[in-house]
Amino acid sequence: MSLLGEDIVTEEGEFVINIGPQHPSTHGVLHLKVWLDGETIKKVQPHLGYIHRSIEKMSESLSYRNFIYATSRMDYLSAHINNQACALCVEKGLQIEAPPRAQMIRVILAELTRLASHQLWWGCTGLDLGAVSPFFYAFREREAILEIMEETCGARLTQNFCVPGGIMTDIHPNFQKRTNDVLKQIKSKFQEYDDVLTGNVIFENRNKNVGFLSAEDAISFGCTGPMARGSGVSCDVRKWFPYDGYDKVQFDEVLGKEGDCFSRYMVRMHEMKQSVSIIEQLIDNIPEGDFQAKTKMVLKLPKGEFYQRVETARGELGVFIVSDGAASPYRIKYRSPNFSNLSALDHIARGYKIGDLVAIMSTIDLIIPDVDR
Amino acid sequence: MNILLTISFSSIASGIHHWLVSTIPNELLAKSIEMVIVGICLLLFLVPLCFILGYMERKVAGFMQMRYGPNRVGPYGSLQIVADTVKLVMKEGLTPTGSDKFLFNLAPVIMVVTCMLVLAPIAFAKDFQIWDINIGVLYVSAISSLAVIGILMAGWSSYNKYSLLGAMRSGAQIVSYELSVGLSLISIVILTGSLKMSDIVMSQETGWWIIRGHIPVIISFVIFVIASTAEINRAPFDLAEAEQELTAGFHTEYAGMKFAMFLLAEYINLFIVSAIAATLFLGGWMPFHIGHWEAFNHIMDFVPSSLWFLGKTFFIIFIIMQFRWTFPRLRVDQLLTLEWKYLLPISMVNTILVTVMAIMGWHF
Repeated sequence: MSLLGEDIVTEEGEFVINIGPQHPSTHGVLHLKVWLDGETIKKVQPHLGYIHRSIEKMSESLSYRNFIYATSRMDYLSAHINNQACALCVEKGLQIEAPPRAQMIRVILAELTRLASHQLWWGCTGLDLGAVSPFFYAFREREAILEIMEETCGARLTQNFCVPGGIMTDIHPNFQKRTNDVLKQIKSKFQEYDDVLTGNVIFENRNKNVGFLSAEDAISFGCTGPMARGSGVSCDVRKWFPYDGYDKVQFDEVLGKEGDCFSRYMVRMHEMKQSVSIIEQLIDNIPEGDFQAKTKMVLKLPKGEFYQRVETARGELGVFIVSDGAASPYRIKYRSPNFSNLSALDHIARGYKIGDLVAIMSTIDLIIPDVDR
Repeated sequence: MNILLTISFSSIASGIHHWLVSTIPNELLAKSIEMVIVGICLLLFLVPLCFILGYMERKVAGFMQMRYGPNRVGPYGSLQIVADTVKLVMKEGLTPTGSDKFLFNLAPVIMVVTCMLVLAPIAFAKDFQIWDINIGVLYVSAISSLAVIGILMAGWSSYNKYSLLGAMRSGAQIVSYELSVGLSLISIVILTGSLKMSDIVMSQETGWWIIRGHIPVIISFVIFVIASTAEINRAPFDLAEAEQELTAGFHTEYAGMKFAMFLLAEYINLFIVSAIAATLFLGGWMPFHIGHWEAFNHIMDFVPSSLWFLGKTFFIIFIIMQFRWTFPRLRVDQLLTLEWKYLLPISMVNTILVTVMAIMGWHF
């Protein structure tokens, strides 16, 4: 029996609908096959592969400098953090370290990326639940961040700013001033965000007591990032396995308690504030010095296996490189946060309504190109 | 000015009526011609009205979302909606294979016809009313509930799972919210003692009901606005077409002119509920009068009555449009909870309060 050609109603009297691959709330080409009993969800089956570009296989024929750029297209909202993960992994293999200036700029850009990503998520959450205006408020601040990115990195979305050994070029002279201005703007808007969505009765009712994920389940499904932290699992890579000088900044790991949609929402809202505070600590203290360590023209990793994990806006991204000593990797595997987070969807969504499925998906914060790669 | 306006509407209408009856010997024929003229006038009024509402909706959305809204076609983008209508008319009206073609094509017609019927007893200005039927309020609530048939028909005949889900949702929703709408209408009927629209407007000569009726009438006004927003399927109660859940709900399969008719019906319905709220609670075309302050009332009478009516109606439309761009959508069970556990009991108690108030004469 073909995937789509089944009858509308199964033998058990369940109503089967296909949500996606083209659907307003799947945020991309995710295809969910949903078994319904009236409005209640009996089962959700995600079908993947609509945007598979074989980034891992492609990387095997690219040099260690070039394969990084493909990762910008995985989780495109955390493009810089993906690049950072790859650069760190190659650095680990070469046994070099980026100069302090490069590390600090990487962290600032990573936190700006996280802010931009969470703002897009916040807007989309409102949009998914039917409130259109928050989307525009979120884009106002996101646009300001993307302009900083454009000025310094030359690109708005796929920054490609990290190279093995540091960053590609030095920052733009306006970078610090502009970042400070944007931080001020963002801090003044947090109250507005809370007024528009967080405190809204309808919004709270839509999210509270919906989509429970217990801490045990979060661990067993391999959930990471705000999704696992919403259930109270401490899993922030920045705290547990600090990289690029995250151990030198003060910030709290935000943990939720209930594990429902609202707690995941609140984790992300507080994470934005933490990101602002991290950038504030660093932005005026960027050390002078080189922005790139000295590396050879052709990078060759020694024979062996190298693994590096970072915290993207959605959870833990792992880069695993197997090297046979040549100028390009023998095998590359990415452990993407969205793939694991998506695997919990069926477990979370069972027994809730169709409207809840949309709320659950928006608090999982899926980026489909990262699931398929 | 005042005299001019009194001449304009009622005397022109009765002049045409007398002329038709006297020139055409067959009375039935004369009445039919009269009805056709009224229908054409109604269409000539409705289409520009929908253009204005569509333009207003986009501009309100733009205002709330820090953007301009339409600003390219025509002065201040005012012709954008005309361009969109032309696009919709030119598009191919697809009928999906497997659909029930008769019902599929009938559904948009039913939607438009029902909402045009509801316009009949609405008093647009002093002495300007298509049909001053003596059961006006009952007529409005009876005919407006027919719209659900159009939605169910569209959802069922489309042969689309999303459409079917949307139609089933709207069936439950409209039937439930009808009760609260009816009860809040009744509170004004109790105070006025008449179902006739012109009587209801005239009873507000010394002050609008929302001012004279103390808190109970304010409560029923608020309930009316909430429940009628739900009844016309507008956000935050737009579950029947919940874009993020059901793509477009009951009109997923409609395109071109048939879709345009659903859109037309949506905007006319928006106008109707606002007009009814304005008539019952805010005095309809009645100017702002305070008791027996003759001089003040006389000054207020200088503003044409049609302006009073349209001003109040568009004020309520503006409020309902703000709902759409502010609130998230309710879930289907929360929607029914809101009606059956909150709005309906409140309206019932409120009806008793209004009755006591009317009997004791506590209102102004």
